[in-house]
Amino acid sequence: MLQGSNLSYAYVRSGASRFSLHSVSVDVPRGSFTGLLGPNGCGKTTLLKLLSGMIAAHEGTVTLNGGSLLSLSRREIARRIAVVPQETHPAFDYTVMEMVLMGRHPHLGLLQLEGPADLALAGDALQATGTAHLADRAYMTLSGGEKQRVIIAGALTQASDVLLLDEPTASLDLGYQLEVAALLSRLNRVRGMTMLMATHDLNLAAALCDRLVLMRDGRVLAQGATAEVLTAQMVRQMYDVVADVRYHEGAGHLTVTPVARVR
Amino acid sequence: MNAVDSTIGVAGSIAHRPIRARLLRTVGGFGAIAVVTCLLAPLVGSTSISLARVFDRSIPFADNVDAQIFFVARMPRVLAGAVTGAALAAAGVVFQAMLRNPLATPFTLGVSAGASLGAMLAIALGLGVAIGPFSGVPFASLVGAAAAAGIVYRLATMEGRAMSTTVLLLAGVTLNAFFSALILFVQYLADFAQVYRATRWLMGDLDVGSFQPIVASLPLVLAAFAMFAFLPSSLNLLSIGADAAAARGVEVARAQRLAFVSASLATAAAVSLSGPIGFIGIVVPHLVRLLVGVDHRIVLPASALFGAAFLVACDLAARTLMAPVEIPVGVVTAMLGGPFFLWLLIRRA
Repeated sequence: MLQGSNLSYAYVRSGASRFSLHSVSVDVPRGSFTGLLGPNGCGKTTLLKLLSGMIAAHEGTVTLNGGSLLSLSRREIARRIAVVPQETHPAFDYTVMEMVLMGRHPHLGLLQLEGPADLALAGDALQATGTAHLADRAYMTLSGGEKQRVIIAGALTQASDVLLLDEPTASLDLGYQLEVAALLSRLNRVRGMTMLMATHDLNLAAALCDRLVLMRDGRVLAQGATAEVLTAQMVRQMYDVVADVRYHEGAGHLTVTPVARVR
Repeated sequence: MNAVDSTIGVAGSIAHRPIRARLLRTVGGFGAIAVVTCLLAPLVGSTSISLARVFDRSIPFADNVDAQIFFVARMPRVLAGAVTGAALAAAGVVFQAMLRNPLATPFTLGVSAGASLGAMLAIALGLGVAIGPFSGVPFASLVGAAAAAGIVYRLATMEGRAMSTTVLLLAGVTLNAFFSALILFVQYLADFAQVYRATRWLMGDLDVGSFQPIVASLPLVLAAFAMFAFLPSSLNLLSIGADAAAARGVEVARAQRLAFVSASLATAAAVSLSGPIGFIGIVVPHLVRLLVGVDHRIVLPASALFGAAFLVACDLAARTLMAPVEIPVGVVTAMLGGPFFLWLLIRRA
């Protein structure tokens, strides 16, 4: 559904360019929950920005449903792809409902105000994320887990087919991580939303994702079904870390226990 | 920069009601306040006049002293206050959202310092000729404002990407300081009468004398407001963050450019008309947010209307509190605005 082929991207700082991605090709099939793993600075966020059309690749193409992403306007892209960042800091004290309704922006005309249908969609999204009781609260007064669920509700209100998530649980404690993970899994299974999630949490990826893309130094090391690519050998290649990877009966998925750093 | 991530404002159950009804009610309410203020303000002054006599069509205008005082002596001043107040308050809202900084003002980015330098030069060089509809000093201040805005804009977009708000702020603060030094230098070289006139101009003055200066700056203000009309929903998203705005379908670079150009234009027009009157651009938006929430689709029009009423009321105080002595209106707004600004900072801490 969402594909990047031979994507290269370099950041230019004071004349010198530093490659962030080298000929990266990824495939996010419709309805899949794809995880994007790799060490800091390996290009995960750059790849997400390319796949959401926020930046343009220096080489290579991004296609959505077979058509070039760059032929679409920002507004048209936003109707198809929603993004959930790691953290969101509004400069003003918006209510939860106002934050969620901003998801309707790409669907509204330039001077159009949201109507009953938009309010209904926002209400659904609040229900689906278990945040309906917070609708009138100020966003800034919420806990980290509540904030992230509200941001996901805003992304749902955007009514896109694809959801890109950039370390959505990174700033959350264990309880909230599980809460947000359960929500994402439900949205993928019940609503059939296509998901691509960049994360550092290998166990979260193992629990949620049916497919993984493993990256290092701006290149793809491997991609495929989680059970096939999430191996002790791949973890070592990615992070220079010896890890114990095994199936956990209670959790019902692979688990990764880091053991030692190697150079 | 801490201020960038800070939050000021209150929110309650106001946000849940349908936006259309809230917008109509708010604009209606603040519109009524603005109209009533602008109609009542010209009635107050050294000579008392009656509104009934002013609008009494049976008395010819030439014989109607009340109407003459109302329309000729006092109305230009009230209208100048309304136009300036609306422009500065709305520009404040736009800059605060665009810079993601609730403490930004229309003067933060150096536009008013540029305008002031232009005016100082015109006064010191004795530039008296009219250029188009503008007399010398307003025209020079417009040129100064355009130069300042151009320099800041150029610096912030150097690398050919979306505007950097951090660079905008730094460039604006630096330019403010630099232009202030130049203003002092020009004043140092000027003679006594020129220095007095320059200082008086810097305090802000709505006593424009006739409708002509208002008519001259009105097209600029109207052009700025025409651009403002397309901004509010983008401002909501820009204030969440540039990436978040882009992900929701905002063309960030274009929206930032429109915001910068329109708010700079409104500021330049207001300052060239009545001098750099401070604090309107921060006091009014924050008062409005306290009353109606933070959605820019409501805050922007409400601030424009309330800004008009607020400055007209401040000017009324300026010319009546110590009558027959007149206090410069910029002093009144600063005496109200300074403590208010401190209160905002304390409240935020």
